[in-house]
Amino acid sequence: MITFKNVSKRYPNGYIALNNINLSINAGEMVFLTGHSGAGKSTLLKSIAAIERPTSGTITISGQNIAQLKPSAIPFLRRTIGIVFQDHKLLFDRNVFDNVLLPLQISNFDTHTAASRVRAALDKVGLLKKEKAMPITLSGGERQRLCIARAVVHRPTLLIADEPTGNLDIAYGRDIMSMFTSFNQVGVTVIISTHDASLLGNTQHRVLSLAQGNLLV
Amino acid sequence: MIRIWLAQHWFVFVSTLKRLVAAPITTLLSVVIMGIALSVPVSIYVLVENLRLVMNEKNHPQMTLFLKHDIKQENIDKIRQDLQEHPQILGSEFIAKDIALQQLLEKSELPNTVKNLPRNPLPDAFVITVRDDSINNLRELQETLKSWPAIEFVQFDSEWIERLKALLQLGWSIVLMIVAISSIAIIAVMFNTIRLQIATKRDEIEISKLIGATDPFIRRPFLYFGALQGLAAGVIAWLIVFLLIHLINEQLIVFLHFYEIDFFLEPLSTENGLSLLFFSTVLGWLGARLSVSNHLWQIEP
Ligand SMILES: Nc1ncnc2c1ncn2[C@@H]1O[C@H](COP(=O)(O)OP(=O)(O)OP(=O)(O)O)[C@@H](O)[C@H]1O
Ligand SMILES: [Mg+2]
Repeated sequence: MITFKNVSKRYPNGYIALNNINLSINAGEMVFLTGHSGAGKSTLLKSIAAIERPTSGTITISGQNIAQLKPSAIPFLRRTIGIVFQDHKLLFDRNVFDNVLLPLQISNFDTHTAASRVRAALDKVGLLKKEKAMPITLSGGERQRLCIARAVVHRPTLLIADEPTGNLDIAYGRDIMSMFTSFNQVGVTVIISTHDASLLGNTQHRVLSLAQGNLLV
Repeated sequence: MIRIWLAQHWFVFVSTLKRLVAAPITTLLSVVIMGIALSVPVSIYVLVENLRLVMNEKNHPQMTLFLKHDIKQENIDKIRQDLQEHPQILGSEFIAKDIALQQLLEKSELPNTVKNLPRNPLPDAFVITVRDDSINNLRELQETLKSWPAIEFVQFDSEWIERLKALLQLGWSIVLMIVAISSIAIIAVMFNTIRLQIATKRDEIEISKLIGATDPFIRRPFLYFGALQGLAAGVIAWLIVFLLIHLINEQLIVFLHFYEIDFFLEPLSTENGLSLLFFSTVLGWLGARLSVSNHLWQIEP
């Protein structure tokens, strides 16, 4: 489903965040991406959603070359992906419900379907009772769940989660991990980055390791 | 699909309206500024339009037809008849040469010289009032009348008409110039208002782009906002002009009462008022559009 071919990313300041990455991820797979802080995990994930463009190499998703996508086609690529951002990217001027509604508004869902989808997503992450709450009143773990609900509400085929267990305690982290496992079980391709190898335990899923922009095998 | 599209637009429209109602005082102020900017050319337009109406309705152009000297009374009756039946002529008044002379004597500073003339040098004349005021039509009418056998000479004061026409033309030019200036002012104000709006919505725009919003989707609320503010500015301009004309009329009534003249200014017609609203809406939209395309690309995730 996703193929990286000789992908390098050099930031405008000259820093090389990704160095000649080759990898491929199958549809329906669940993959972990690990590496120390600054290894390039976020850069790699962002380049899948065309948020960062590689300086060289090609990224194909379902046969589509992301590097050659017209700017006007990028929104439609992003609508097929659900992203849990490392820095959350929540809107603090609107409540939980409206935050989750945003992707559906963008994809022109009608209000009725949208509302039931939002509630279904909030139910999955256990936030249904907090739909009227403002994000500022949520705990760190609840905010993380809110991000997940927003990432899955439009039922993407690919789910990308950048450090979804960030600063959460182990038990909470396991909880969230099991949520991703259940998404994967219904056929969603899932890519999760984490710098916390202890969270992986003895997972049966594939683990990709990044070190200073290089993919270790 | 259309239904969803309409629902989306309706949603944006309603939320924009709510936003406008709950808008900070700066936004309301900018609407008032735009309204005032618009009211200036519209006021001048209304005054010029009234001037035109006065000229058209109350001051039809006049011509003087001088008859040949040896004209007979029955010929005069015939001419009066013909003039009455002519479609372009609203009315005619016969001035016999004796009366003309008498009037001249009353006015003239040299009555003696005139008095001593052996016979009345003045011809009989008709003064006619003409319906049409375009110079070409007047010239044509002049030629026609001149060809009548009993008429010696047709005089009309085209200079006076042309001067008034030039004055009106000047009025229109001034209106157009101020419309242009006001339009630029409105677009500039709107440009800035939307710039501020975009700045406060930076997060929303960035996040929307990150999760797949197209540029038209992001532009839409700002364009609605601009159009609605333009519309509101148009309403304010209409109100200002209405009040202005009302106040002037009140003064006119008091003033003209002494002269027993019944005259008042016509307000902006409904048709023109609606055009004003349409125009101001388009201006608001345009300013927003310019601002959005200028500022949105700066917010790239
Ligand atoms: N916009 C940028 N401009 C310049 N350098 C950048 C930019 N974004 C990231 N970098 C650099 O690229 C490197 C990789 O960054 P990235 O965010 O991908 O790391 P990461 O593996 O996600 O780290 P973390 O675990 O802390 O989130 C870092 O050294 C970072 O300083
Ligand atoms: Mg990161």
